[in-house]
Amino acid sequence: MADRKMAEAAASSAGAQVLSVSNLQAWYGESHILHGIDFNVKAGEVVTLLGRNGAGKTTTLKSVMGIIEKRTGSIRFNDTDITRASSDKIARMGVAFCPEERGIFASLDVRENLLLPPIVRPGGLSLDQIFTLFPNLKERLDSQGTKLSGGEQQMLAIARILRTGARFLMLDEPTEGLAPVIIQQIGQTIARLKSEGFTILLVEQNFRFASTVADRYYIVEHGKVIDGFANSELSANMDKLHTYLGV
Amino acid sequence: MQALYAQLLVGLINGSFYALLSLGLAVIFGMLNIINFAHGALYMMGAFCAYFLLNIAGIGYWPALIIAPILVGIFGMILERTMLQRLAGLDHLYGLLLTFGIALIVQGVFQNYFGSSGLPYAIPEELRGGINLGFMFLPIYRGWVVVFSLVVCLATWYLIEKTRLGANLRAATENPTLVRAFGINVPRMITLTYGLGVGLAALAGVLSAPINQVRPLMGADLIIVVFAVVVIGGMGSILGSIITGFSLGVIEGLTKYFYPEASNTVVFVLMVLVLLVKPAGLTGRAA
Repeated sequence: MADRKMAEAAASSAGAQVLSVSNLQAWYGESHILHGIDFNVKAGEVVTLLGRNGAGKTTTLKSVMGIIEKRTGSIRFNDTDITRASSDKIARMGVAFCPEERGIFASLDVRENLLLPPIVRPGGLSLDQIFTLFPNLKERLDSQGTKLSGGEQQMLAIARILRTGARFLMLDEPTEGLAPVIIQQIGQTIARLKSEGFTILLVEQNFRFASTVADRYYIVEHGKVIDGFANSELSANMDKLHTYLGV
Repeated sequence: MQALYAQLLVGLINGSFYALLSLGLAVIFGMLNIINFAHGALYMMGAFCAYFLLNIAGIGYWPALIIAPILVGIFGMILERTMLQRLAGLDHLYGLLLTFGIALIVQGVFQNYFGSSGLPYAIPEELRGGINLGFMFLPIYRGWVVVFSLVVCLATWYLIEKTRLGANLRAATENPTLVRAFGINVPRMITLTYGLGVGLAALAGVLSAPINQVRPLMGADLIIVVFAVVVIGGMGSILGSIITGFSLGVIEGLTKYFYPEASNTVVFVLMVLVLLVKPAGLTGRAA
């Protein structure tokens, strides 16, 4: 817990709190998945939730997004309580979500997939900016969405939420199942978004990847946040981390 | 030969109604996952709506073509908001029972007040008479029904397959949760989709009023065949239901000419054959 205080102290140099979650509990039907999640994300930060499979990381993102219906506790986004808000309302407040399974629509072509999320506020990336970031997409605009390679689908899934003007992005395992060269490209994209002032909440199994982009980490286990530290304290926490993640 | 062409025309007319109705059913099934057994009753309400507009308010055919689908569409959206919405996530059987029940109630109410015989609805003045095409005599109103239905069907197809709004609709059919998490109000979209499907049924009802008269059970008779059309075409396919609707009407017409005894069963025989070979329907994707 002392580590967590230090982490939060380290983070205090960053901007205002964008997301603060306290005692978040969530259920899938009858099964109780989250047992009290506490964490926060400040403006301009990249914060990563680490943890083993089934620890509750994805459920945490989906609860913040309003996708998990049964949730209690407190979720505040830019000082507004969104604990009970519907997911379309949360999205229109400027929260964007890139799901683990990528969620590319088979009945839509690449262009339609890209243009699907509505603009929620001004200041999103233009199509030209997106094609500079992901040149592959421009060549495949008329292909069916799910005909793209895994890497291209991941880029499309990220690209489409950059158009919307949302400044807070939640990315669920963006590197899962991708080739190293693509992972590198996604890492560069995240670094670039961060330098442009986006705030990012990342869920990752790939700890080595996370360490290249994250400012802070939270460890999720059995539906709770059990630890947290800043990237600068990473080497001091390596042993603990190996125990937590079982790697 | 004259008789053959006449039956072909009848086939095309029936095909127009099949297409408009099965198109609405397909759109509704895709989005709400509900097999809308109330569709025939809503078609009948479209025809009655035109009848009321003319005989109570003195509003003629052309305005009725727009007003009736809107009014019946609003009725449909109220049904969706108050009842169908509660069935989300439940087994198909519940939707089937509820919409079948709604159909029986609506038809029962109309039968109570209007009996079972047909009420006349005159062909609008502009569309009376016919043209001699040389090989056959074409009543203008019937030609109008075929052409107008085709235009409406293609416009609906264009709306769903080629526009931004349609892309939202297709995406929400595939993964409503994610579409909602992008900031799109999916529940409202579902209500409007049901309204659109119901509006198409009501439009078919108005078109049919001058041809088939206005009867409380006009939809109940038709809907059985329309469901066979939907099964043949494949549930949820837009273009598939349009093409199947028109073709089955024509096949039925041809059967009436070549082997009249089979004309009432040919659609169902085809349905059996298609189900044996392609259980998901001609254009449907396997679930």
